[in-house]
Amino acid sequence: MPSDPSPVLNPATPGGPVPTTVGATGSEFDTTKARKQSTLIVKRFLRHRLAMASLVVFLLIAAFGFLGPLFWTVSIEDTSSRGYLPPSAEHPLGTIQTGKDMLAQLIVGTRLSLAISLVVALGSTIVGVIMGTLAGYLRGVVDSAISRFVDLMLIIPQIAVAAILVRALSGSWYVVALILAAFAWMQTARITRGETLSLSQREYIEAARAAGAKTRWIIFRHLVPNMVGTITVNTTLAVATAVLSEAALSFIGLGVQSPDTSLGLIINENYSQITNRPWLFWGPFVIIVLISLAVNFIGDGLRDAFDPRQTKVRS
Amino acid sequence: MHETGENSGDNILEVRDLVKHFPVRVGVLFKRVIGHVRAVDGVSFDLKRGETLGVVGESGCGKSTLAQVLMRLEPPTSGSATFEGRDMLAMKGAELRKLRRDIQIVLQDPYTSLNPRMTVGDIVGEPFEIHPEVAPKGSRAGRVRDLLDVVGLNPEHLNRYPHQFSGGQRQRIGIARALALKPKVIVCDEPVSALDVSIQAQVMNLLGDLQSEFGLSYVFIAHDLSVVRHLSDRVAVMYLGKVVEIGTEEEIYERPTHPYTQALLSAVPVPDPELRGRRQVIRLEGDVPSPVDPPSGCRFRTRCWKAQDVCAEEEPALEIRAANHPSACHFAEQRSIVP
Repeated sequence: MPSDPSPVLNPATPGGPVPTTVGATGSEFDTTKARKQSTLIVKRFLRHRLAMASLVVFLLIAAFGFLGPLFWTVSIEDTSSRGYLPPSAEHPLGTIQTGKDMLAQLIVGTRLSLAISLVVALGSTIVGVIMGTLAGYLRGVVDSAISRFVDLMLIIPQIAVAAILVRALSGSWYVVALILAAFAWMQTARITRGETLSLSQREYIEAARAAGAKTRWIIFRHLVPNMVGTITVNTTLAVATAVLSEAALSFIGLGVQSPDTSLGLIINENYSQITNRPWLFWGPFVIIVLISLAVNFIGDGLRDAFDPRQTKVRS
Repeated sequence: MHETGENSGDNILEVRDLVKHFPVRVGVLFKRVIGHVRAVDGVSFDLKRGETLGVVGESGCGKSTLAQVLMRLEPPTSGSATFEGRDMLAMKGAELRKLRRDIQIVLQDPYTSLNPRMTVGDIVGEPFEIHPEVAPKGSRAGRVRDLLDVVGLNPEHLNRYPHQFSGGQRQRIGIARALALKPKVIVCDEPVSALDVSIQAQVMNLLGDLQSEFGLSYVFIAHDLSVVRHLSDRVAVMYLGKVVEIGTEEEIYERPTHPYTQALLSAVPVPDPELRGRRQVIRLEGDVPSPVDPPSGCRFRTRCWKAQDVCAEEEPALEIRAANHPSACHFAEQRSIVP
């Protein structure tokens, strides 16, 4: 990443027109050199400062959740301490009502919340994009069937289905993720369908069809790359929504079940202590907000990186 | 048709009575067909090997729909078309794939015909990925460079994106893509109408050079008569989904017999100011009628100054009436337009 954000001024022409960076070695404007598209995308992403900072924050949170147990070996099921102990060397974030260590709770909660939201975001994006592009590109009967199915899914109450499935299967994190994903893909499907309807009229789609391209080729080579901005923004929103939905489900006892825990469940168990013992509330709260923000900014950076017309160095 | 008798073995493309109607539907759940847009309504022509057939007509006369049907992008309502003697409208599977290699298209708008997310190399090389049997993987980059060179672009620009090129350059990229599979016929769907006049000439000359270099046959669609004249051996004039007059470039431009052709030609701007005003300009009144409900008999009668009762009752067939070439007018007569 270049440390100097301003364009390189050519000292040979002071006051003259600032030469663009065309031909400058190492610049992406140097189009005479063979370079892969993926390299350019990575390069543009690395230049997006907010996204890079967010990526660092996100990786730190992920490391906290996934590598935390290596450094903090207190079990989340250890109830030997007294309840509601204030922070101390033994319990850096104190203990909760049942005497469990808050830091250990937070580590496990972060891990499960992250896992759930990532699975939900990925799953709902994949299903939604495939459904949406198929409906928008094939039109006709396929479109009617998919669109009506989306409508149907939108009117089924998620809580009722969650209540049945969590009872019938289990309260494991992947069951919760499955339930959330099943109710999260319709938004993506609708948005991608709309975008596909408009993109399908572009002449490059016609040219590809004239060359004999099949539906799958057109969807993955032409439609999806041109919707990548919308899709990434949607996926990042889905991550944020999934964290919150998981918390909501856990709140009414239909999410992750004890002894497992999640950020939502932790907030739930401790929100009554917000005035007396604020550390119990602010820990999980700050992590949820940081995850949502970081993922949103990463999405911003990705969208810009995928757009070949975005060539400027960002400030 | 009329030229079939002579040497039909020379015809690479034979189109007979091609019809494409688009149903007009209303209703939310139960869609009712209330009519048809008769975009192409009985078009016949032959295309000889190495020949350019110009197709002219104003907006909405069915030129682009004709191209779509010929490209097998839209199924025809009825009619037949043969490519090298084989029925191309019935082809399926492997045979259709082969046909796609033989007939390619150059599209109208160079700003939407190239995927903005793909590099020029990927765009021109895409046909090779769809038809991997044409070029083995290792040779593709070289082939793409050759193609860029052939259309007059710098082969080193293969990693650039479409937005880094001008309109004319983009159209050259589109032409390179069409050439990739070594087609025999290229359908040019108004390839220069989105370009500046100065660039139009360059692209047209390129198309002409490529034709003689690769022995291509063109179906050249345009709404600009002077553009078509520059390149075409024969010209078909379309009005409301039908061919009203067809003939060699000289027959159409020097001895037009259909009133519509005469009106079109009289509207071509004259570059020489000395000659301006001496020519009789035929002004047509009114608009093109709706293709959903075309006029009875001759479709041009609502705007024709020669129209009689017979024009409303009887549809004039496209046959030789005057000046030795087919014309679909009961009162076809030769009339010199260009002074």
